[in-house]
Amino acid sequence: MAVTQVLDRSPGGSKRLQRPKPHAIAPYVFLIVPVVLLVAFTYIPVANMFWYSLTSWDGLDKSKEFIGYENYQDVMTRPEFYGVFKVSLYYFAGAFLQLGLALYFATILSFDVRFKNFFKGVIFFPYLINGVAIAFVFLYFYRPGGVLDSVLGAVGAGGLQRPWLGDRSTVNYSLSAVSIWRYMGLNFVLFLGAIQSIPAALYEAADLDGANRWQQFRYIIAPGIKPVVSLSFILAFAGALSVFEIPYIMLGGANGSTTFVIKTVDTAFKFNKVGLASAMAVVLLVLILFVTWIQRRLVPDEGGELV
Amino acid sequence: MRNRWGPILALLAALVMIASACGSSSDGASNATGDSTGAAGTEEGAESADSSGLSGSITVLTNRTDLVDTVFVEYRDAFNEAYPDVEVSFEAVTDYEGEVRIRMNTDDYGDVLLIPNSVTADQLPDFFEPLGSVDDLGSTYRFINEQAFEGQVYGIAQTGNATGFVYNKAVWAEAGVTELPTTPDEFLAGLQLIADNTDAVPLYTNYAAGWPLGQWESMRGSISNDSQYLNDMAHTDAPWSPGEDHFTIDSLLFDSVAAGLVEADPTTTDWETSKVDLGAGRIATMALGSWAIVQMEEAAENPDDIGYMPFPTQVDGNFHSTANGDYKVAVNKNSDNVEAARAWLDFFVDESGYAFDQGGIPPRLDGEYAPQLSGFADLGVVFTELAPAPAGEEGLVSNIDTEAEIGAFDPIYRQRMIDAARGQTDETKQDIFDDLNQRWAKARAELGVVDR
Repeated sequence: MAVTQVLDRSPGGSKRLQRPKPHAIAPYVFLIVPVVLLVAFTYIPVANMFWYSLTSWDGLDKSKEFIGYENYQDVMTRPEFYGVFKVSLYYFAGAFLQLGLALYFATILSFDVRFKNFFKGVIFFPYLINGVAIAFVFLYFYRPGGVLDSVLGAVGAGGLQRPWLGDRSTVNYSLSAVSIWRYMGLNFVLFLGAIQSIPAALYEAADLDGANRWQQFRYIIAPGIKPVVSLSFILAFAGALSVFEIPYIMLGGANGSTTFVIKTVDTAFKFNKVGLASAMAVVLLVLILFVTWIQRRLVPDEGGELV
Repeated sequence: MRNRWGPILALLAALVMIASACGSSSDGASNATGDSTGAAGTEEGAESADSSGLSGSITVLTNRTDLVDTVFVEYRDAFNEAYPDVEVSFEAVTDYEGEVRIRMNTDDYGDVLLIPNSVTADQLPDFFEPLGSVDDLGSTYRFINEQAFEGQVYGIAQTGNATGFVYNKAVWAEAGVTELPTTPDEFLAGLQLIADNTDAVPLYTNYAAGWPLGQWESMRGSISNDSQYLNDMAHTDAPWSPGEDHFTIDSLLFDSVAAGLVEADPTTTDWETSKVDLGAGRIATMALGSWAIVQMEEAAENPDDIGYMPFPTQVDGNFHSTANGDYKVAVNKNSDNVEAARAWLDFFVDESGYAFDQGGIPPRLDGEYAPQLSGFADLGVVFTELAPAPAGEEGLVSNIDTEAEIGAFDPIYRQRMIDAARGQTDETKQDIFDDLNQRWAKARAELGVVDR
């Protein structure tokens, strides 16, 4: 029961509704700022984007010509647009690895380990670094004669040396590895938080019953953090579909690293087809909503299952 | 009931107020600058014959982040000697093309600015003050047609560029090349000698930075020495066919890469380092406009090593080099101080000496060529200036180009060629040229461009 309360993310308490009337306005006053920001910087731009996606606007013209669903037709029928989703598969596969690693480290560090906080810091740290800095660090890491090649040479694996980003067969693996390195910390912290909210009494009881660490993981931790895992999967999938920062800064989408979002940005700002690019953005948005919906159907999120 | 709706109404009212405040903030900003120049308002009506009477404050946008705090300040001091009451402030923009284009959706994009290359000819009157007719200004300035529409000029080039290759003379000499190549094959043979006899990278593509690949595009016109090349390109279905400039230029790039005469891993190169490497002899050649010569000389240990060669083709026994205008300086149509802005524009292109300092072709017909171009004079290189588009076809080539999503000045298609040439994809040179031709033809059809 305790677990359910901790993990229950719905705002509780219906008492507030029965407060005296003069206070009724207070919540709305507090809401004004975030709602205004949200409307001004999210909903209005998104609404505009829908409108642009129905036009042939070039991003500058004073007039926007309405062309109906033609842009959507383009996105759906031109293979160079939906073909780039292939690149997302690398990141999606990477996301599984990333979640696995995060779960592994979170589980280990939830037990009593020496220098626990130090390791937590080390694992979370990459998430705090600016994406541009990360891109540059890894550009030097991967370049011929860079860190990775030197290390491989030093351990006698010089045969593996290659232009990691220049070689088309490795470029997307290299880039998704950067993505894993960067985002694992976030998943790790989410998992760790969820694991630590499991009451210690359960572990004690399990210990008394003679459960080993694997059994504790399997029957206490895994079900206890299921909602967080499910949330992480949604985020990972949406993230894999909309990868942008790392391949764009490191390679500008060159050498087969173009993702759907890079393609969208190029369409809008290199070929000045803002209308078409908006349609691409809308398609991506719909796709992510759809995938999320499917996932929520398959894995209903109803809090922990420890009760 | 009243109390339940009250807060929501209050919220809506607040939203409306904030939204309208947001909407007017840009006006507010321009009003503020307008106030400070209020005194000038009375004089603005008067003609600028009495130049010292001009006052007000203007903002000048520039792409030269490296010069804005040094050279540009000197220009401002010189300008203020003639116009002491005009307050000039600079704004250097790193990603000039991208940022300024987006800013042009508001009214606030500086008083004097460089016209982004992606602005199409028919959009010019919407954003910029007309500076005079093509006929009038054409007798004083070069490159007048590059930003003109229906006989009106909207921007004057800040400098002009010749096209070709910057190279390290010492490295080419060390490799044993004594005569400048006159055919693409000789050029490739020269690169091969450099690869064999020196440690330098024969030809550096700057693939990673991307934009330097667009520099190859500027050479169009010089191969055939055909001033109508671009205008004809709008009326051909296959610009990547043998004999066309695009075929020759892109073949040279492709063949150099295919022969392994470029950097080992093009994807992780760095532009700033490449400047130093050229001067130090670690790089032999780069395809860049003549604007790059000054920057290369500055980065070199021995500036005399830096040379500039034209594209390796000759027509009638002469080398040719396409002369293009650099960014064109223009006045924002929404400026509060149009006359002060125009005064700065005239000063900048006529008197500042920017083109000369930057090693360029002078925008004025009577201007002095920079010493960096003297090598070209010695070689007898003839400049090819592309003819203006016929009336009604202004900007047609770039319209076809974006419609086809080729991006002549963008790196995408040349990166694709380099990837194919170094064996990362299965495409052959012909596959790529066929695809480009097909896209070009399709875009022409979609835009309804008639055959001639």
